Amino acid sequence: MSTGFDTETVRSGVDTHRFVSRRTLVWRRFLRNRPAVVSLAVLVLLFAACWVLPPLLPYDYSRLDYTALQQPPSARHWFGTNALGQDLLAQTLRGMQKSLLIGLCVAVISTVIAATVGAVAGYFGGWRDRALMWLVDLLLVVPSFLLIAIVTPRTRGNIVWLIVLLAAFSWMISSRIVRGLTMSLREREFVVAARYMGVSDARIITRHIIPNVASILIIDTTLNVGVAVIAETGLSFLGFGVQRPDVSLGTLIADGTPSVTTFPWLFLFPAGVLVTIVLCANLIGDGLRDALDPAARPARRARGKAGRR
Amino acid sequence: MTRFLARRLLNYVVLLVLASFLTFALASWFFEPLDALLQRNPRPPQSTIDAKAAELGLDKPIPVRYLDWAAGAVRGDFGTTVTGQPVAEELWRRVGVSLRLVLIGSVVGTVVGVAVGAWGAIRQYRLSDRVITTLSLLIISAPVFVIANLLILAALNVNSVLGVQLFEYIGETSPDAVGGPWDRFVDRVQHLVLPTVTLALGSIAGYSRYQRNAMLDVLGQDFIRTARAKGLTRRRALLKHGLRTALIPMATLFAYGFGALITGAVFTEKIFGWHGVGEWWIQGITNQDTNVVVAITVLSGVAILLAGLLSDVIYAALDPRVRVGA
Amino acid sequence: MSLLRVRDLTVTFATETERVPAVRGLSFDVDPGEVVALVGESGAGKSAAAMAVVGLLPGHAEVRGSIRWRGEELIGRSDRELSAIRGRAIGTVFQDPMSALTPVYTVGDQIAEALRIHRHGLTRRAARARAVELLELVGINQPQRRARSFPHELSGGERQRVVIAIAIANDPDLLICDEPTTALDVTVQAQILDVLRTARDVTGAGVLVITHDLGVVAEFADRAVVMYAGRAVEAAPVRRLYTDRRMPYTVGLLGSVPRLDAARGDRLVPIPGAPPAPAALPPGCPFAPRCPLAIDECRSAEPELVPVDGDPDHLAACIRTAETAGRSAAQVYRVATAPPARPDDDAGEPEVVLRVRDLARTYRLTKGVLLRRQVGEVRAVDGIGFELRAGRTLGIVGESGSGKSTTLHEILALRPPQAGSVEVLGTDVACLDARTRRSLRGQVQVVFQDPAAALDPRLPVFDVLAEPLQANGFGKAEIEQRVAELLTEVGLRRTDADRYPAEFSGGQKQRIGIARALALRPRILALDEPVSALDVSIQAGIINLLLDLQDRYGLAYLFVSHDLSVVRHLAHDVAVMYRGRIVEQGPADRVFAEPRHEYTRRLLAAVPRPERGMDTRPAGRG
Repeated sequence: MSTGFDTETVRSGVDTHRFVSRRTLVWRRFLRNRPAVVSLAVLVLLFAACWVLPPLLPYDYSRLDYTALQQPPSARHWFGTNALGQDLLAQTLRGMQKSLLIGLCVAVISTVIAATVGAVAGYFGGWRDRALMWLVDLLLVVPSFLLIAIVTPRTRGNIVWLIVLLAAFSWMISSRIVRGLTMSLREREFVVAARYMGVSDARIITRHIIPNVASILIIDTTLNVGVAVIAETGLSFLGFGVQRPDVSLGTLIADGTPSVTTFPWLFLFPAGVLVTIVLCANLIGDGLRDALDPAARPARRARGKAGRR
Repeated sequence: MTRFLARRLLNYVVLLVLASFLTFALASWFFEPLDALLQRNPRPPQSTIDAKAAELGLDKPIPVRYLDWAAGAVRGDFGTTVTGQPVAEELWRRVGVSLRLVLIGSVVGTVVGVAVGAWGAIRQYRLSDRVITTLSLLIISAPVFVIANLLILAALNVNSVLGVQLFEYIGETSPDAVGGPWDRFVDRVQHLVLPTVTLALGSIAGYSRYQRNAMLDVLGQDFIRTARAKGLTRRRALLKHGLRTALIPMATLFAYGFGALITGAVFTEKIFGWHGVGEWWIQGITNQDTNVVVAITVLSGVAILLAGLLSDVIYAALDPRVRVGA
Repeated sequence: MSLLRVRDLTVTFATETERVPAVRGLSFDVDPGEVVALVGESGAGKSAAAMAVVGLLPGHAEVRGSIRWRGEELIGRSDRELSAIRGRAIGTVFQDPMSALTPVYTVGDQIAEALRIHRHGLTRRAARARAVELLELVGINQPQRRARSFPHELSGGERQRVVIAIAIANDPDLLICDEPTTALDVTVQAQILDVLRTARDVTGAGVLVITHDLGVVAEFADRAVVMYAGRAVEAAPVRRLYTDRRMPYTVGLLGSVPRLDAARGDRLVPIPGAPPAPAALPPGCPFAPRCPLAIDECRSAEPELVPVDGDPDHLAACIRTAETAGRSAAQVYRVATAPPARPDDDAGEPEVVLRVRDLARTYRLTKGVLLRRQVGEVRAVDGIGFELRAGRTLGIVGESGSGKSTTLHEILALRPPQAGSVEVLGTDVACLDARTRRSLRGQVQVVFQDPAAALDPRLPVFDVLAEPLQANGFGKAEIEQRVAELLTEVGLRRTDADRYPAEFSGGQKQRIGIARALALRPRILALDEPVSALDVSIQAGIINLLLDLQDRYGLAYLFVSHDLSVVRHLAHDVAVMYRGRIVEQGPADRVFAEPRHEYTRRLLAAVPRPERGMDTRPAGRG
């Protein structure tokens, strides 16, 4: 009895030699996105700079140079000095340390919370889902800014508290996205098949659900860095985040604001650094989104436009 | 439809009560309104301190204090500040100021943002689209307080180039304004331009990005192809069928956008020196004033929930699939 | 003069990474009143060709060649110029009615819009009146009232009627239908074909219909152009094509179509391999790698489309057409289609492996976020009962909404049903505890419809096949051995275990799905539309595989499908479901030959048959 088929000698159109792993594909797609690559380089440089440079500089961030009060940028003080004679470059670097650190930690923590809450709510549904989503609604209504502002002055500038509070109020929107994705994944045939094969719920979540939402989580974390940095600097600007005498980009901008019309460099340098960091984070996030899920964007024209049709 | 809305309303009221309780409890727990008194030199006698404490109700447990407050709040009485002024009066005055600041900016921001986003989607990958996308990205990467200060700097330069104080950036009106109603009106406008642009820019950038993505999603949909097959040009098909459909997800964004607007207003008031609700909020925290803080929180909560309700209504109005029989 | 004259049409999609030639030199004509079908499987380029005619290709597509509409060249015209032709002279009907209409405008408004675009003087009222007339023409009940409905309030079939109404609104000269019936239920398909015939009669238009369904071609088209890898490989009047097809691909295509008049166990003639990726075409004839008659000359140059036996009406792009004349598909492809003789076929009644009695499943509809209220219920399954015996196939047939998939999932869950009883291998599922349920799971496995969705894209094939084994406590060495066995069983290679699902074609993915289902050596296999998402020539291979596996291992199949011809080949017994109930049940031979229930008769009558296109069947079975 012949079954009439012979797949041994006939391959499909896929060229097996050219196939590469998904990770390499994603990396290659990311590299094609120039703004994203540049942003990544810039961000890494900034991160390295703010930790590596300060010991190499002639001026410490807290040292007061009485000979140069409120001086514009010069050869001695590259970013100029403030009213107390502190070197703005050193201060900016120190502020960057704080802001970057807080931003990264908050982004990672809030993504972890969002992933857990979203996956549980989406996979199990039922009362767990309703309860968690109601909690999300509550936290969205409560003014997080305010609550953090009330608490932080009492914590005497402890960064950890700031990170915890910021993270506690940043995960809500992401969790909704994860929940939606999990709910659609749950009905996908390969998850249903796994259930019918007898695979346990825990294994299904770890082996099937999480890896398939991983791309969204990565993109989310990256974009959240920008959001977290803005939130922290905003709080510090108002005096509620990082407390003096400690320095963050927000406090620097706050110091520079009253004299922005007369001594603009006090404002421009920290503000410029801040915008650069957030811009880079956003560009990397967008680049990652394009690289991980190219199907989401409509196919692009090749360079050298095609005819009008 | 009305039942659906009524249900949502009930949900919102419950959330509001909880939010107000949470804020009240936290504020009462963490604030030390007596600090100002205690730090005076020489230290006031204990009786004065005790009297003040009793006046502020600090001897009662928090839930009781909340119920007292709530009983008053329902009647419109939000208690008094730590210095003894009634909160409600000051609140309504400042609300007027804030509204004047925020209203134009938010409306302009939303409408222009949606329009810009739609335009960018239609001209996808052309120069105008790239410019808009880049600018939007740049603007949303800068927080409100940075944009505000940059605008002030720019205004300063414009003023000096023109030789005329065209843009004012301190306060709502000039204290030495003279002249009739028209002059006063112009003066107000001069003070209004910069803050409005600050708020509007953020909204425009945010909405345009979302609207553009929503339109691009819609672009690939089958019904656009059907519209073109009918004989509509690509542009008309996108505008008539695509835009209308892409507006639907924007409605849900409205509620979130409103929250961002309120936060943005706080910074704007501080930088431009407008004596609105946002400025008072920050003062309230600095002065450890529970009543002020809670009152404003409730107000903002109500505003956000109203925005949420409005977005639900808009969503139902835009999307016939949601409208179930009343 | 022909209405539409296409010569050497070439469509290339220029993406960031590569150039994909979807259409490579296609030529055909459409005359007034004539129905021309572009036939082919996925990737053949037929949709791209049709969209090129109306200028609705995506922006990154490059079009070359000549498309002449009434003598005027269409390629190179601007969007504005083409818009004047679209909707007026050329009407288009698309594949997926569910998404073809704008959700925010009423149906009547959308039809009226089609009218007002091209007739500027038409008032709104007049347009609306005409829209109502058109709705009546396409067979919508209560057209006045329905014109004010939104698309989501209409069923799939009704939406497709609206799309047809829009297409014929301005009395076009050419109707282009891109897979107009594919997304619809069988009975609705028949109705839509009727509407299309009416539309053609009323407008006198020429019709270009794109389809992969050979039954639709036989029932609706006058001439057919068979496409493969972006080119036409055979073109002939439909009757000629079915009785005297010459190109080996067409032979294979016709041989792989399941037929309602087949006997159970008849094997089909699959075409080995899969269509080539457009970006990586082999040299010479693109079909050569799969062709049983290929010689060296075939691989050196691509054959031209030339008349067969001197007949200008019948063209074929093949140099071996003499070898296929008068021979059946089974002969050309050298396969046997008769079922193997089974000496013990009817030796007594095999045991019952699955018994279902009065099974019911109702879904409650609830509203509200905080407090949920029940507003109604849906009886997805409404008291059904049947028996499945070892080594035999029970085909559950029905259209969408009949409850057949729900039935399958109720059984697979192995939990006590809402109502009725389910007995698997003699054990009532209500009496199961966790441990016994686990062991019973190994006996009942499932194969799903969409092979791409049924495999986790992030796991290599080895892990996919190993998963059920791991979940049931097999050791590492055992797993490796079993995986190798399974791969060979379904016709794949051992080296395929390291590759990812994305590297395989649809048919191969489904084989992996079947292999996974066989891992635990089940006695019952539940199959939920396992071949519906596959091309017909690939489908044939899977059907043959299923038949072989059943013969070899005595598997019992619970086969759910809407495709009656497929069921005919596989099922010993048939149950016809309609709205949650079984309206007819019995041996397949009897149900197909003498249907008793009205719905069964309607279902059978609605199936488009390739046989109807022929006077006689090609020479017998091999």
